Amino acid sequence: MAQIFRPSANLLAKSSIVGGAILVAALGFGLDTLFRSPYNTNVRVARDQPVPFSHKHHVAGIGIDCRYCHTSVEKAAFAGIPPTETCMSCHSQIWSDAPMLEPVRESFRSGKPLQWTRVHDLPQFVYFNHSIHVTKGMGCAVCHGRVDQMPLMYQENTLFMEWCLDCHRQPEKYIRPKDKVFEMGYKPAEDQSVLGARLVQEYKVRKLTDCAVCHR
Amino acid sequence: MRNKALLLIPAVAALTACRQDMHDQPKFKGLQVSGLWTNGQAVRPLVEGTIARGRLRQDPHKFAGKTGDVFAATLPAGYKADKAFLLHGQRRYNIYCTPCHGMAGYGDGMVVSRGFKAPPSYHIDRLRNQPVGYFFDVMTNGYGVMVSYASRIPVDDRWAIAAYIRALQLSQNATLADVSEADRAKMAGGRN
Repeated sequence: MAQIFRPSANLLAKSSIVGGAILVAALGFGLDTLFRSPYNTNVRVARDQPVPFSHKHHVAGIGIDCRYCHTSVEKAAFAGIPPTETCMSCHSQIWSDAPMLEPVRESFRSGKPLQWTRVHDLPQFVYFNHSIHVTKGMGCAVCHGRVDQMPLMYQENTLFMEWCLDCHRQPEKYIRPKDKVFEMGYKPAEDQSVLGARLVQEYKVRKLTDCAVCHR
Repeated sequence: MRNKALLLIPAVAALTACRQDMHDQPKFKGLQVSGLWTNGQAVRPLVEGTIARGRLRQDPHKFAGKTGDVFAATLPAGYKADKAFLLHGQRRYNIYCTPCHGMAGYGDGMVVSRGFKAPPSYHIDRLRNQPVGYFFDVMTNGYGVMVSYASRIPVDDRWAIAAYIRALQLSQNATLADVSEADRAKMAGGRN
C-alpha cells in the first residue's frame, strides 16, 4: 500500500501548527476589534430621533445651561429628559409653525410623550448616579464629550467597564472645580496633575473600585 | 461523533454571549414605553390630589407667595437673604431665567434676540414696586407667554431666585448712599 502522507506533508503539519496559532490570534484580535468598533458601541454614531434636536444650536448657539432641560442632574440618579412642556416654553412662541417641530406640538396637544431614542444606554445591572458625579466635580463633557458641538446627539465614549474604571482608579486626571462642571469648553487653569490632586483631597473623592459600588 | 460535539461548544458559547437578558431586564423603569396605556408611558401619573406624607403645602406664604390676599413682602419663615442664599439664587437665575430675562434682568436674553416676545425689564417702576411674593407667584404660575416653572424649579430655589431678582433691582438703581463706608473708601481709592 502506498504511503498516505508524502514527505512534503511534514511541512504542512508544521506550518499548520503555526498557522493555527496565528488563526486563533487573528480571530481573537478580529472579535476584539469588532467588539470595540462603533458597530457594537455606537460611539460617534448619530442616532435617529423623532425630532432632529440639535444640542449644538441650543447650547453653543443660544447658551442654554444643561440644567434648563436636564433639571434633576444635580439631585437624582437620572439627569432627566425634559417633558414636552419644556420645549414648548420657547417653541409655543418661536418656530411655532416649523414642520420639523410638528411632533413636539402633536405631543403637547395629545399628552403623548415624544419617544426619543436613548443614546447612552447602560446595562441594567449597572448602578449609575448623575448627582454624585456632578456634585463632586465631574464635568458633563468628561463623559458626554463636547455636546455643544453635536448637531445630532451621539455617544462620545464606549461606556465599557474599563472606561468607568479608568476614572474611578485615577479621578485626579479628570476632576475639575465644582463651578466648572457645566462648562463645555473647560480647560484647567493650572497643571491638571497639581489641580486634580488638590481637588480630589478638597472634595473628598474616594477611589471607588469595589465591584459592589456599581453592581449592587 | 465526540469530535463533532466538541465543535458545538464554541458555537453555543458564541451564541449565548449575545444574549442581552441582563442588559435589558424584563421590568419597567421610568420613561419606558408600555403598550398597556393610551399615552404609551409605563409610569403612571399620580392620582390627582396625592400628597406625600409630610408634604402638605399648608403655608400660603411659602407655597403661594401670599399673606392673606396680597403678595408677601417678605421671605417666608426659614429663609434668610444672606450672601449664600443670594448666590444660590444667582446660579439658579442664570440657568432658568437668563435665556429670556438676560443676565441683569433687562429682558434682553438670547431667546428674545431670536424672536421671543421680550419680557418687561425688572427695572421698571411697576416691577420694582412689586412685593417679593409676586415674583414667586409668576415663577410658580407663569405670566403672559411665560410658562410655569414650578415643575423645573423647586420651591426653595424659587424663593432664592426671587431674592436675587430683588438684588438685581437694587443693583441697577443703587446710589452712592447705598454703598457702605468701607466700600466707598475703596471706590475713592480706585479712582487714583
